[in-house]
Amino acid sequence: MSHQWGMVIDLDRCTGCEACVVACHAENNISTVGDDQAARGRAKHWIRVERYYEGDFPDVKVKFMPVLCQQCDAAPCEPVCPTFASYHTSEGLNGQVYNRCIGTRYCANACPYNVRFFNFYNPAWEKPLHLQLNPDVSVRSEGVMEKCTFCVQRIKAGEIKGEAEKRELKDGEIQPACVQSCPTRAMVFGDLNDPHSEVSRFARSNRGTKLLGELGTIPKVTYLQKDSWHGAEDA
Amino acid sequence: MAQKTPEQINDDLLRPLSGVSARYLIIMACLVAVVIAAAFAFGWQVYNGIGVAGLRRPVFWGFYITNFVFWIGLSHAGTLISAILRLANATWRRPVTRCAEVITVFALCIGATFPIIHLGRPWLAFWLAPYPSERGIWPNFRSPLLWDFFAINTYLTGSVTFLLLPMIPDFALIRDRSSGWKKKIYTVLALGWIGTPRQWHRLEKAMQIMAVAIIPVAVSVHSIVSWDFAMAPVPMWHSTIFAPYFVAGAIFSGIAALILAMALLRKFLHLEEYLLPIHFENLGKLLLVMSLLWVYFVFAERLTSWYGNESSEMAVFWMTQRGSFSPLFWTMVTCNFLIPFPLLAIKKFRTITGTAIASFTVVIGMWLERFLIIVPSLSRKYMPYAWVTSPYRPTWVEITITAGTFAALGLLYMLFSKAVPIISIWELKWGRHEETVRDPVLARRDEEAMA
Repeated sequence: MSHQWGMVIDLDRCTGCEACVVACHAENNISTVGDDQAARGRAKHWIRVERYYEGDFPDVKVKFMPVLCQQCDAAPCEPVCPTFASYHTSEGLNGQVYNRCIGTRYCANACPYNVRFFNFYNPAWEKPLHLQLNPDVSVRSEGVMEKCTFCVQRIKAGEIKGEAEKRELKDGEIQPACVQSCPTRAMVFGDLNDPHSEVSRFARSNRGTKLLGELGTIPKVTYLQKDSWHGAEDA
Repeated sequence: MAQKTPEQINDDLLRPLSGVSARYLIIMACLVAVVIAAAFAFGWQVYNGIGVAGLRRPVFWGFYITNFVFWIGLSHAGTLISAILRLANATWRRPVTRCAEVITVFALCIGATFPIIHLGRPWLAFWLAPYPSERGIWPNFRSPLLWDFFAINTYLTGSVTFLLLPMIPDFALIRDRSSGWKKKIYTVLALGWIGTPRQWHRLEKAMQIMAVAIIPVAVSVHSIVSWDFAMAPVPMWHSTIFAPYFVAGAIFSGIAALILAMALLRKFLHLEEYLLPIHFENLGKLLLVMSLLWVYFVFAERLTSWYGNESSEMAVFWMTQRGSFSPLFWTMVTCNFLIPFPLLAIKKFRTITGTAIASFTVVIGMWLERFLIIVPSLSRKYMPYAWVTSPYRPTWVEITITAGTFAALGLLYMLFSKAVPIISIWELKWGRHEETVRDPVLARRDEEAMA
């Protein structure tokens, strides 16, 4: 049976340390754009940690929410792409084929999560960041859209390894960079087609909720938090 | 004017074709300069990257797509209006049709370049065309952008045919009156027209077919342009009203462009005896109807959004209604309704100047309308954390390219008016003939009304 990769993010565990953001940049060759461009809203972070504040100073509660591509099953970004640069893979990922992208940016408009990032210029790395480029991930040129891939290079490497050794993949064997680097284990990654996998069990949790689920995008990322279970306050 | 002989009509309408004045050359030089500046700006953008435009996340569409919708909308001036008037047998249309059809063809050509200018990698635009390639992949037919590609190409082909067909007898006329290299060119263009009954019959038949065929094409073009927005789950875009709203808006701006062009042509080419106050009055009435229809659509759209009170839509709604975009919003309402309505509704003001002023404000208002549909929605998509922090501002690149396209329309129009009589000579004569032969009473009444 083919895999359907999914993720669970436990907001009750997230401390907002942003290790996932750093790990993602390092793993996926995401270029930094500099102060000026970042101020114009052109920074690229495939995963970001959103901060929400509850209450007034000094009684403030901060909530963190890591947001990355939700790898929707009914993804609004996919049908609108005229060149199939954005398409659905057999393993349920929202693929982004950089070579096919002509830069209409329609996908980024259609995405309700704003997790698609555009290369307004050719990428550049400040020294010594250029020394840590990941050879498994292509760099993206100017005029091309990019986004979180669930670290597809790691998924493929794991699958190839499993095939070579003629064995099933173990649950948790494949981990995207963000999941691997999370110090509080707030993120869990795995195969949703396997009902016994950790990610499947967590995804069925009462605390589970989908981001903007009401839009019918069927995201494959589930967020866990205490207050989200209807009818149970502070359960 | 009724006393003009066919020869006088020929002389009057063919006069602009011979020779250029100093004024013509000066205006031409200015327009060429602006177009060159725009070409330079586009080259700058291709060389340095689309980052030189003001676009930013999440406002990925800005001036370029605004211009795209604006120009495609403007293109509804011609073919659609002239086809409808032709089918409705509105006899007053005759001197108007060609000016209108020319706007369509040029506005479409200009509008169609914007989706390419706006691409991140414009040199790959041809990937939208379905052709067997080494990439082994077809374009995605589910994408509204691809529907656009086909709709615009169909409309362009149709409207070029619709423009060229009735030019054939006029080409023949010019051919017969010219000599040298000019004669050679017009001989080719006239396609062997000698005016036999058989040829006339065929031409009339072809025009009938084209007039019927072009109407659904024109409606579909702007419906599809609206679906570029309405198909995406973006607040205030995802609306069923968009297709008819856009078509109405397109015709609205199209008529305005036509009136403006006619007013300018009348002045510069001295067509005072052909483009009469009654033409402006009749088109002014059409513009009035479209203005009312536009207000109705805006009201219906705004009211249902407000009453529905859906939180993500309200974020966009209030930003345009009384937030940072409200000055533009109320300017739009002023330009599209508050100014044109009295000018067009009160008979005393429905003069050439009156309709031209109304048209000028409508063109501005309709440009703003497209901008206000695109940018506010993208600035306030669902998740507040991703709302735009530094608002979208166009850079000199976008502004120069925008100015360049307006200059390009003027330039193309000026060149065209030197190559082809801007008023269809044979149709004008035919109209005179029909009126006098068929119904002398009616003809006299019309003449009195026109006088």
